[in-house]
Amino acid sequence: MSSDMYQEQILDHYRRPRNHGTLEHPDASFEDSNPLCGDVVAVDLAYDGELIAEVRFRGSGCAISQAATSMLTEMVAGQTKEAALAVSREDLLEEIGVPLSPARVKCALLGYKVLRAALYGVPVRHSPSGPV
Amino acid sequence: MIETERDIAAIRADFPILATSRDGMPLVYLDNAATSQKPAAVLDAMSDYYARYNANVHRGVYAISEEATSAYEGARADLARFLGAAVPEEVVFTRNATEAINLVAYSWGRQNLRPGDAILTTVMEHHANLVPWQILAEDRGLRLLHLPIDGQGRLDLSDLDSLLAEGVKLVALTGMSNVLGTINPVAATVRRAHAAGAAVLIDAAQSVPHMPVDVRELDCDFLALSAHKMVGPTGIGALYGRLSLLEAMPPFMAGGSMIRTVTLERSTYADVPQRFEAGTPAIAETVGFGAAVRYLEALGMGWVAAREHGLTTYLLAALETVPGLIVHGPPLPDRGGAVSFSLDGVHPHDIASLLDEQNIAVRAGQHCCQPLMRLLGVAATTRASVYFYNTTAEIDALIEGLLRVVRVFGAA
Repeated sequence: MSSDMYQEQILDHYRRPRNHGTLEHPDASFEDSNPLCGDVVAVDLAYDGELIAEVRFRGSGCAISQAATSMLTEMVAGQTKEAALAVSREDLLEEIGVPLSPARVKCALLGYKVLRAALYGVPVRHSPSGPV
Repeated sequence: MIETERDIAAIRADFPILATSRDGMPLVYLDNAATSQKPAAVLDAMSDYYARYNANVHRGVYAISEEATSAYEGARADLARFLGAAVPEEVVFTRNATEAINLVAYSWGRQNLRPGDAILTTVMEHHANLVPWQILAEDRGLRLLHLPIDGQGRLDLSDLDSLLAEGVKLVALTGMSNVLGTINPVAATVRRAHAAGAAVLIDAAQSVPHMPVDVRELDCDFLALSAHKMVGPTGIGALYGRLSLLEAMPPFMAGGSMIRTVTLERSTYADVPQRFEAGTPAIAETVGFGAAVRYLEALGMGWVAAREHGLTTYLLAALETVPGLIVHGPPLPDRGGAVSFSLDGVHPHDIASLLDEQNIAVRAGQHCCQPLMRLLGVAATTRASVYFYNTTAEIDALIEGLLRVVRVFGAA
């Protein structure tokens, strides 16, 4: 019954994602998908000077991709942009805290890639399936 | 006839990987639509080539080169017989079904299709039977038309004749959907396409491994397949082509082996099939492919199809016992053993990861069929696909695993 990968923390973030939704007037947004599995994550950011005042995400996909993004938003909300960009992949994987196979690491890092693109101000390019 | 569990155990003993386990959990391999496992006969044939008569083919006059050539061409004869081809020259070895389809697109397509002509495919095609035609259409100013499917995932042929009348010169159709499992009415479609003056290519990557296929019975013009889905090695596949068509086609790739005479300015080309087999081929893999074909012939493709029908019947009934699970694709007998499903509220990757924790291998994702996924209204599906060596006990393990998924994800 118990699972190495699907521990309560992951399932909790998946069922009750933190910072979920959209911002009406974001200062930065980005979205991307994983073409192998169709997972999609979109992130909105609102800045207060150098601070990330608000972060929201939405998406569809596996528990790992959605829970990891939820955890990531908690790590960067209220931080400076610089501090958010200093969060490494390893930091996020450590926060997730469960063993992930290489294929599932890609799931876990989808939201990470999207957040960094938003922080860098990369223009949004919608996936063929349309915006989420 | 192979009937009893003891006979199945003997067949399973031919496949070394089926005896492996991880942390005490035996491998339950249900991803046969992605690739099949390989019997010792295939592994031995390949290693015997390398250990005993490794030499290039079609070149040397010494004994082991002759033996290598004879084994390589023997595999061609084996496959021609297996497919019911008129002569071995109708079989061209390629890397896989994808390369076989690209060969037709780049050689036959560029020679025979004119701006305004149309290619008819279906909405259930694998990207391998869509993207080459998109590139050709862009290059030559062609139109792409698509046959729809009905609510159960069967091909909807009601508009076939009117679609064919829109200047269709080629119908490119899968024999069996790798997502829905749908077995398409190939012979009837070929008749109607030919009546309208269109050639027909069958993507048989999923059908040839699982049922008797006779190219002369189907009367298709081209048929593409991969060895690795039919107990053979990766890196080798084949194109069957009607001899009169192949003989009129220009080379696809150029280099050694495919020429007759070469000057610094121009060349004349070898006869088929060598014209399409430039460079040193995958000799060991081709020899292994021959062994795979002989292995399946010994089982009998009628038996393979019947065995899989039995397993698929069992699998579909068992899946009905999992709460919140829906199966995509038509009921039997219109389908094979590739069974895609969705489980309410659980992403396919999570299902596959939880099953993997019990050493059960299934596929999760879009199965190289993004247009079909969009049509089904799903981001991805989970797919369990059986082959003749699977057992009902393995299907029981899958169902147990799926019930565990429901328990892990069910309690809020």
